[in-house]
Amino acid sequence: MTVENYVIRGRVWKLGDNITTDHIISGKHKFAFIDDVNKMLPYLFEEVIPGFINKVSPGDVIVAGSNFGIGSSREQAPRLIKLSGISAIVAKNFARIFYRNSINIGLPLIEARVIPDITDNGDILTIDLKKSIVINETKNVIEQVKPFPQLVLNILLNGGIINLLKNKGLDAV
Amino acid sequence: MKKELANHTMTEQILSLNAGRKVQPGDIVTVKVDLVYAHDGTAPLVISAIKDEIGLERFEPKTSVAFFIDHVAPASTVNAAEVHRKMRLLAKNNGINLYDVGRGICHQVAPEEGLVRPGYVVFGADSHTTTLGAFSSFATGVGSTDAVVAMLLGKNWLKVPEPVKIKFEGSIQKGVMGKDIALHLVGLFRAGSMTGKSLEFDNVDSISIDSRMTITNMATEVDADAAIMPTDKKLLNYYKFELGMEVEHITPGPRAEYADTVIVELNNLEPLVSAPPNVDNVHAVTEYEGVEVDQVFIGSCTNGRLEDLEIAARILNGKKVKTRCIVIPASIRVYQKALSMGIIDVLIKAGCVVGPPTCGPCVGAHLGLLASGETALSTSNRNFPGRMGHKDSKVFLASPATAAATAINGKITDPRGYL
Ligand code: SF4
Repeated sequence: MTVENYVIRGRVWKLGDNITTDHIISGKHKFAFIDDVNKMLPYLFEEVIPGFINKVSPGDVIVAGSNFGIGSSREQAPRLIKLSGISAIVAKNFARIFYRNSINIGLPLIEARVIPDITDNGDILTIDLKKSIVINETKNVIEQVKPFPQLVLNILLNGGIINLLKNKGLDAV
Repeated sequence: MKKELANHTMTEQILSLNAGRKVQPGDIVTVKVDLVYAHDGTAPLVISAIKDEIGLERFEPKTSVAFFIDHVAPASTVNAAEVHRKMRLLAKNNGINLYDVGRGICHQVAPEEGLVRPGYVVFGADSHTTTLGAFSSFATGVGSTDAVVAMLLGKNWLKVPEPVKIKFEGSIQKGVMGKDIALHLVGLFRAGSMTGKSLEFDNVDSISIDSRMTITNMATEVDADAAIMPTDKKLLNYYKFELGMEVEHITPGPRAEYADTVIVELNNLEPLVSAPPNVDNVHAVTEYEGVEVDQVFIGSCTNGRLEDLEIAARILNGKKVKTRCIVIPASIRVYQKALSMGIIDVLIKAGCVVGPPTCGPCVGAHLGLLASGETALSTSNRNFPGRMGHKDSKVFLASPATAAATAINGKITDPRGYL
């Protein structure tokens, strides 16, 4: 993602409440392939959306309910979601560590109140990170969301915190 | 600045001192990080971020850094062995403290080694890093990239959480343990309710250091950013006599402002279980008495400490377990103390399997896994489907006392009849 390209548009995968990091990638598979994140990809959302990795298209977005990403600190969870091609997640709220991990690797997470309730699988969503709006084009609903704090936006627009440090120097944080 | 902060919460005091300016809840600040750690579950991405994303073979950590090999330890797969090898190499090349196979679980070993002190900000690449809040630190779980940033810069950003006060009143009754307090709080607040909040405990005098760690450990099940116990006489004595250290005091000011205050009556508390499939599905043990179990596990960073093994031995003394019962001390120090006190002998005579210090069955990766349809009662902290093995296995969470009583009968049992 670059500064010019802060608008995301994609097809929705709809999930419910309390999606844990184990639902995203289970501890079993994580430890079986602990040395190589790519090998975990076939098991992404294994129990939630069987065969997810063969069905997802680059640019798709996830819309979920509350407490997305609760559980462990495993960064493999957001990394796998990003690797699968998902471009953003919209949910009612996110678990703290999952939120940080996602921002740190440049995967935008957006907290919204209305969109998760009115969105169905397959809807088309547009997210404007700078204007802080989420639009469900299929349902014709626009929601203004809380703007990202400046630091978080900087991290996202640089494609993650490591890139931010590389681009802007060690004092960027 | 210390004087200026005297009336504030512990969260605000610690984060202000580490930010170098007065902070308040909601602020996004950069804080000095005093201790960073990672284990063999989170270190692989730490290593690849340093080597592949940043391109450093050698670096100078800007703060105290520790690696722990505890999750799949000793290695049960070649992949895990490769990770361990890489951890040892990175540690050696960069002056990182490494606690190798058999040393114990990170959240237990870090305090035992005196790596954490009151007033510290700790970033641990593991969600249960909140455990270290029992030592009056702001200890928070992070992912691998956050740990890397903190290692390389000696600082990282965070959003100052809103402190919530939990005040204990009275003291717990026989057969009730710190774990029951922890489960009570999780059942009361529910999973995920404390995102963006820090828990601050008050009136903890009657609670042992071991039990304090159990309580702060499970704060992450309600998604609290941190869980902080004040520095009291018990803690000062712990530092003085166990570690030979003089430390700072961190206590909240008398006019500290909290988003909420919750009073917990310890007198009324009874032994509890968290029933599958969610950690916040908390009930009195009496509601589940008689449920048959295939495995009992006593251990983990929640309940693998001396007090936990001690009570298990008291209950199992002279008895035989009816179900397989795995006991794993949380660290080699706990193991040695338990050995010298005769606790391990009692447990083995009762028919328990005693394993080397490791996360073991808790993490469902390498040891003591459950088959489909099996039920376990575990002293660990998570019980969602598949956590300890097959996705169709079930896990009840309870205290070591309840676990030991359950092992004797092969079914969930109220421990109060055994004490
Ligand atoms: S014992 Fe369990 S909860 Fe604790 S660090 Fe190990 S895997 Fe995590």
